Amino acid sequence: MAAAAAVYSLYIINKSGGLIFYKDYGSAGRMDTNDSLRLASLWHSMHAISQQLSPVPSCSGIELLQADTFDLHCFQSLTGTKFFVVCEPGTQHMEGLLKHIYELYTDFVLKNPFYEMEMPIRCELFDINLAQAVQKDRVALLGR
Amino acid sequence: MPPVAPRSGDAIFTSVERVNAELFTLTYGAIVRQLLTDLEEVDEVNKQLDQMGYNIGIRLIDEFLAKSNVSRCVDFKETAEVIAKVGFKMFLGVTATVTNWDADGTTCSLVLEDNPLVDFVELPDTCQGLYYCNILSGVIRGALEMVSMKTEVTWIRDMLRGDDAFEMQVKLLKQVPEEYPYKDDE
Repeated sequence: MAAAAAVYSLYIINKSGGLIFYKDYGSAGRMDTNDSLRLASLWHSMHAISQQLSPVPSCSGIELLQADTFDLHCFQSLTGTKFFVVCEPGTQHMEGLLKHIYELYTDFVLKNPFYEMEMPIRCELFDINLAQAVQKDRVALLGR
Repeated sequence: MPPVAPRSGDAIFTSVERVNAELFTLTYGAIVRQLLTDLEEVDEVNKQLDQMGYNIGIRLIDEFLAKSNVSRCVDFKETAEVIAKVGFKMFLGVTATVTNWDADGTTCSLVLEDNPLVDFVELPDTCQGLYYCNILSGVIRGALEMVSMKTEVTWIRDMLRGDDAFEMQVKLLKQVPEEYPYKDDE
């Protein structure tokens, strides 16, 4: 399978656990709307539980879940919005990508005056810039 | 990956896109003027500016966090310093000083010697009750609310009213715990 996407999918969950953005890249790990909503709310709860169970004081929740067929990297902003990517096992630099996606979110979603906070994201500029970011990430991977 | 080091206000200020300061100042002036025409009452304008600031603040906080790489503040004192040194620099191009702490560390003042919003402003007699920069206090209230701090922000000194600086008092009302379960009524 040539040029397989390292990133399978991207999710953004608002602070109450609702899925506000979902996008898949390539064929692997594709989900229908119901499954993606289910995964998002599952992750939200697991993340919350992990914070409570962790022996580490003031733990900020799971950052990486490694499975046989995928890795899940999660980044939670201090405002409670969670960004997570599902990617090929062992994919590097996902923290950086998530951080960059957070910046894109602040620029192209939050600054859009017609975006309603906590609601599903339908912003074309965000989509375009996101596609570029993920693409660049892929190019960087191929270049190595 | 080691945590990314927080960036200074100056570093962010030079790297983000900026607009001409005059355009910004004049646009804000036009908004205040329009509000005065529409609402007629000065008190209503104060309220509206605060609300507009709040709406900006709840969105702006994420940009601030994303671009400054600051991590969770240990206490309200650190929060105030970060707002004054990084936040104000990043969005307004000026820094504030933090003074007048009360004994239990929940109330302080942010003092602005320089404020680009008022560059050309002279308050007429008919608008004496107007807090021209009330949008700023709204921004701070909104931004802090999104990181679980309920605050009250009031103006103590205002150069447009003849004081020697702008001073706003930030009072921490309560810190909403971030732990689950969230209470539904909050």
